Amino acid sequence: MSNHKINVTVNGEVEVVEVPANMTLLRMLREKLALTGTKNGCSAGECGACTVILNGEPVNSCMVLAVECDGASVMTIEGLSKDGQLHALQQAVIDQGAVQCGFCTPGVLMSAYALLQRNAKPTDEEIREALVGNLCRCTGYNRIVEAVKQAADQPETVAA
Amino acid sequence: MINVHAGLPEFEYVKPGTMAEASRFLVDHVGEARLFTGGTDTFVRMRDGFWKEKYLVDVKHLQGMRTIRFDPEKGLTLGAAVNMNEVIASAEVNAHYPLLAEAAQTVASYQLRNRATIAGNICNASPAGDTLGACLVYNASLYVHGVDGLRDELLRTFFCGPGKTVLHVGDIVTELNFPIPPQGARGKYIKLGRNVISDLAIVGITVLGFPDADVPSGFRYRIALASVAPTPLVVEAAGGLLEEKAASAETIEAAAQLVMEACSPIDDVRGSARYRKLMVRNLTRRALTQVASDLAASGEAH
Ligand SMILES: Cc1cc2nc3c(=O)[nH]c(=O)nc-3n(C[C@H](O)[C@H](O)[C@H](O)COP(=O)(O)OP(=O)(O)OC[C@H]3O[C@@H](n4cnc5c(N)ncnc54)[C@H](O)[C@@H]3O)c2cc1C
Ligand code: FES
Ligand code: FES
Repeated sequence: MSNHKINVTVNGEVEVVEVPANMTLLRMLREKLALTGTKNGCSAGECGACTVILNGEPVNSCMVLAVECDGASVMTIEGLSKDGQLHALQQAVIDQGAVQCGFCTPGVLMSAYALLQRNAKPTDEEIREALVGNLCRCTGYNRIVEAVKQAADQPETVAA
Repeated sequence: MINVHAGLPEFEYVKPGTMAEASRFLVDHVGEARLFTGGTDTFVRMRDGFWKEKYLVDVKHLQGMRTIRFDPEKGLTLGAAVNMNEVIASAEVNAHYPLLAEAAQTVASYQLRNRATIAGNICNASPAGDTLGACLVYNASLYVHGVDGLRDELLRTFFCGPGKTVLHVGDIVTELNFPIPPQGARGKYIKLGRNVISDLAIVGITVLGFPDADVPSGFRYRIALASVAPTPLVVEAAGGLLEEKAASAETIEAAAQLVMEACSPIDDVRGSARYRKLMVRNLTRRALTQVASDLAASGEAH
């Protein structure tokens, strides 16, 4: 199996990575770049734990080949906080108790971040719809919805 | 032990520079190469060991594959690599082909829809594909690039069985084309899944109705079904009945009965054949009632 050398911008840093053809974006982030905030729950597009932002849109990184990302820009959970300051969404999941085991949280935050980028004031229904692909076994979702609403109420969220 | 995180098997990734090169590669590696678009069916099938191709061929970057185009005379063209969210967000789709957006919206999750394509849904040829009914009732056709040149394939005659289509080795769908829909059309897609969202359809009912002064009832209907036969099904007989007689409760009931009789579902993990048949009747009745009332309301508004 051939390796491919790709250029990919991850959280603002240009990375040159050698990836085998069958390596998913998820595995590249975790195994090549040691960005283990992105989680592997199912490797099948079902759970959303692996959600990252690819060229501005959230995707299941287990369902994307790394080699397809040559020239692309990727944002992961590690790119959400700036200068040691938590992003409003991160603070909100803490404030609202929307984290228990935390396995789903990075994916939830990526989906929520993308939602607020395209819709700064989502309704409860829109939040739930945007998070359909992020399964949480712990929280029962209500607190996650509250957290997204809290973050949406803060003007700096969208600018960030 | 079951490896719950089985990775993808080994394969080579091929990114041809032209469509001709891509078709040629597929022909030269028959049985060993597969085209993919979003990969949301392909990667799962490969990971689970059902598909064992040595080469995955990517043509998403080639010209026109990501374009949405609307021409008021010719209709809508979707490049084969346009993803479902792009379809849902398209102003032209929403203005002229709302059923397409409605059906795409029922597929999986927002993240998955950023990768999944309608072309992939069609070429995968699962009878459960959520967007197939909308494409059928809008009389879609596919523009196909093969080793012998270009051709159009009507979607109505495209499906041969589960996972089977009229495509030959080397054929690549490059565009989906939708003629201008009938004036005043109203549509409805009802998907019955095991949960409200993001599961494959147990049954899926697509109805498109539109005014037509040339038929006795003044309205024509197209009805397509998912998950109740080896291929997506268009039930002409029910449409015929509704052309003859006005869509009263009795006529709708009779049409729903015809639709139920036309389908041949199977028992599977999502539902029994008997349950599916009964659901087909009930949901067809519901979809027809809704569309008939929307048509009546829009008629009054004029
Ligand atoms: C978690 C999950 C949930 C899902 N939920 C749904 C759902 O709710 N409803 C639903 O309908 N589907 C669902 N699916 C299935 C899948 O997402 C859809 O069928 C999707 O539309 C496939 O598109 P794709 O571009 O990803 O296809 P791909 O995997 O790229 O391709 C699918 C098939 O089509 C062929 N193909 C692709 N493009 C072309 C082309 N241009 N020319 C010729 N052949 C081509 C491929 O060779 C392959 O055989 C789900 C899948 C997953 C993983
Ligand atoms: S790990 Fe990708 S969706 Fe579950
Ligand atoms: S907090 Fe445990 S899965 Fe969501």
